Amino acid sequence: MNAEVESEEDDAVNRDTSATIKTDKLLVTVPPHIWQGESTQQIMLWVIGSLLPVALYSVWVFRFHALMVIALSIATCVATEAGYQKLQKLPVTVNDFSAALTGLLFALVLPPMVPWWIVIIGGFIAIMLGKQVFGGLGYNIFNPALVGRAVLVLSWAQHMTRDWYLPLVSGQGFKLLGLTVKLDALTSATPLYALKQVREGLLQGVQPSMFYRSLLFSNPGGCIGEVSAFLLLVGAVVLLWKKIIDWRIPVCYMGTVAVLTFISGEDVVFYLLAGGLILGAFFMATDYVTACITKRGKIIYGIGLGATTVLLRFYSRLPEAVMVAILFMNCWAPLIDKYTRPKIYGAVKT
Amino acid sequence: MNEARLKIFGGGTHPPGYKEPTSGKPIEDISLPPEIIIPLTQHIGGPNKSLVVPGDRVLEGQKIGETETFCSAPVHASVSGTVKAVEHRPHFLGIKMPSVAIVPDQEQSRSRMEISSKEPGPEEIRKLVKEAGLVGLGGAAFPTHVKLSPPKEGSIDTVIINGCECESFLTCDYRLMLEEATSLVDGASLIMRTLGAERVFIGIEDNKPEALKHLGDLVSGLNNVDVIALPTKYPQGAERLLVYSLLGREVPSRCFPMDVGVVVQNVGTTVAVSKAVREGRALTERVITVSGSAIREPKNLRVKIGTSLDHILEACGGFLEEPKKLIVGGPMTGFAQFDLSVPIVKGTSGVLALTENEVSSAPLNQTPCIRCARCVDHCPIHLMPNYYYIYGGIGEWEMMDSFNVMDCIECGTCSFVCPARIPHVQYIRLGKARIVAKARK
Repeated sequence: MNAEVESEEDDAVNRDTSATIKTDKLLVTVPPHIWQGESTQQIMLWVIGSLLPVALYSVWVFRFHALMVIALSIATCVATEAGYQKLQKLPVTVNDFSAALTGLLFALVLPPMVPWWIVIIGGFIAIMLGKQVFGGLGYNIFNPALVGRAVLVLSWAQHMTRDWYLPLVSGQGFKLLGLTVKLDALTSATPLYALKQVREGLLQGVQPSMFYRSLLFSNPGGCIGEVSAFLLLVGAVVLLWKKIIDWRIPVCYMGTVAVLTFISGEDVVFYLLAGGLILGAFFMATDYVTACITKRGKIIYGIGLGATTVLLRFYSRLPEAVMVAILFMNCWAPLIDKYTRPKIYGAVKT
Repeated sequence: MNEARLKIFGGGTHPPGYKEPTSGKPIEDISLPPEIIIPLTQHIGGPNKSLVVPGDRVLEGQKIGETETFCSAPVHASVSGTVKAVEHRPHFLGIKMPSVAIVPDQEQSRSRMEISSKEPGPEEIRKLVKEAGLVGLGGAAFPTHVKLSPPKEGSIDTVIINGCECESFLTCDYRLMLEEATSLVDGASLIMRTLGAERVFIGIEDNKPEALKHLGDLVSGLNNVDVIALPTKYPQGAERLLVYSLLGREVPSRCFPMDVGVVVQNVGTTVAVSKAVREGRALTERVITVSGSAIREPKNLRVKIGTSLDHILEACGGFLEEPKKLIVGGPMTGFAQFDLSVPIVKGTSGVLALTENEVSSAPLNQTPCIRCARCVDHCPIHLMPNYYYIYGGIGEWEMMDSFNVMDCIECGTCSFVCPARIPHVQYIRLGKARIVAKARK
């Protein structure tokens, strides 16, 4: 075979044609031979990029605190992934940027004043327990960033639920970047928690509509990524426009929350803007690896997320509705996919 | 024309067209190569046996290989000359196949089939088509006369002429539609008459407005032939999807378009039907597109079946730069080559020399599947190719079968859109082969 190939080449040389090439340099693969050109790396970078507005803004609002959490979280996640893969003698794949994205997402679901060592522990858990134990990118069942957060909430609840940048203080309200929110009662929590206290009769004089502007543009009582719903939505629009995320999961998720909130007689706008819903719906529930992949599955998945979130928000004492809802629905994603396989072309019987 | 009625298939994708380099180039003839290599079997079906031995003198159009099997097509000498060898020669599938090597002579004497009547009936058309060795020229190379012989007389109502040419780079069908439109329409009506069908639809993607207009004007006087513009979307030219787009009929799994009353013929095949029936010409030449950024002068060429790649590349001025991939066929479904002595066969629609840039190192830099669902969203058959990667990787052929891998048309859309650059088609072909092998046991 080899000799023959060589003799063919010799023939070609003898004929002195410009068609002469070294055939052993030709790449031989199955088709297709062309490719659309958007790689895993690029997708990860687009998601990171779409989170940059809110991340940069949080650094401006929360100053050094947010910067420290974000930088430390990304560094921990990337280092954990690289370190583990080195130890296991696996190819180091941090250049696919998925660990960096996990780090960024994880930072965005942490309170800005959280101590540095919590960030490191959480980042390590997110990558190790959330991702690597399952086999790395593409094989994890649960959203790694939320696994990290879940472990922290169970272990250091006092930090995870109180280390907000500015406590909401009665009488004084708070003033941030020119926005003033006046509160008449004493509390020290997030807007969502304040409203929960209102529902339970522990707090009076707080209206959901008081929080609209701060939730949209500068929310001090929440995680880093919850600082501005508006900037999260800007990033979400970019991802939708670039077709990096499918509209079905976030729209069904938000839609279900809106409908059920409305039925419950609560303030729809507030409950859409508050808490981790927007961050969760557009950036975490849409995580490819842990979400449904069929079109019908995505709709069911989104509705399930919305129902779980509303149920937890109104009937649970835990302040972790979105996180629990996403982790809970992650469990169901494979099963939903199994029963929503698309009807194939030609499946009809004659 | 009937756009409102169209029910375009779901999924699919939009690869860059790359048609500009050759779409304006009229079909050219090229010189005879020093040697012609005719693979004995160039169709889907039973293998042919050689009718000649080394030393025999053959005429252009003389039958040199055939078999008794119904689903088969004979092969003919594409030049007159002397048989040099009957042996295994390199083939575009990457293996060596039984072939007849012929050294062309100076006279180039022809042999033509006998035409008994000016307006032949269905039986005679079928016979001529079979004797001419016609197969689908779009690439699949299914024997044409089989498609013209429905199991039940009168069960076919529609003939579709496939002028989609949805593969990037290729313009040979486009040029045929412009340059041989009369033969095309004649071939279409011959096919319609053979099948007793009521109408012909010529489906053309709307990125070929000149072809649409030219053919549209030509058939404007005929009331049972319609030229229909289809949205440009890969793989519009896949037979099953074309039937759906034009008629809203789904070809059932493991059936043929014939089972839903449709016969689809490629543009090149239809022209060849006319030439076989009117002029008694066997299929000894075809039109191909030679293109890709590594080609010095991209062209549409009329070549003798059996012409080697290096002769064709020479006719196009050779390479501008070293190609990364040399492909026989289109970029989405064609076959990568490593040997320039491989001959053109009946089903070859193009020769592409792609640069590193164009192939964008497709099989390299693979990452694990990130379950982005693009393959699921784009699959025109609505399969879930990501599972073929999972189950194919661990040899779970039954699971691949349960995910309907046998229904895959191997259009390559899944790999084309895959950000992880997973070679889905490779897993699919492997799985199909294993499932078929198992069923045979």
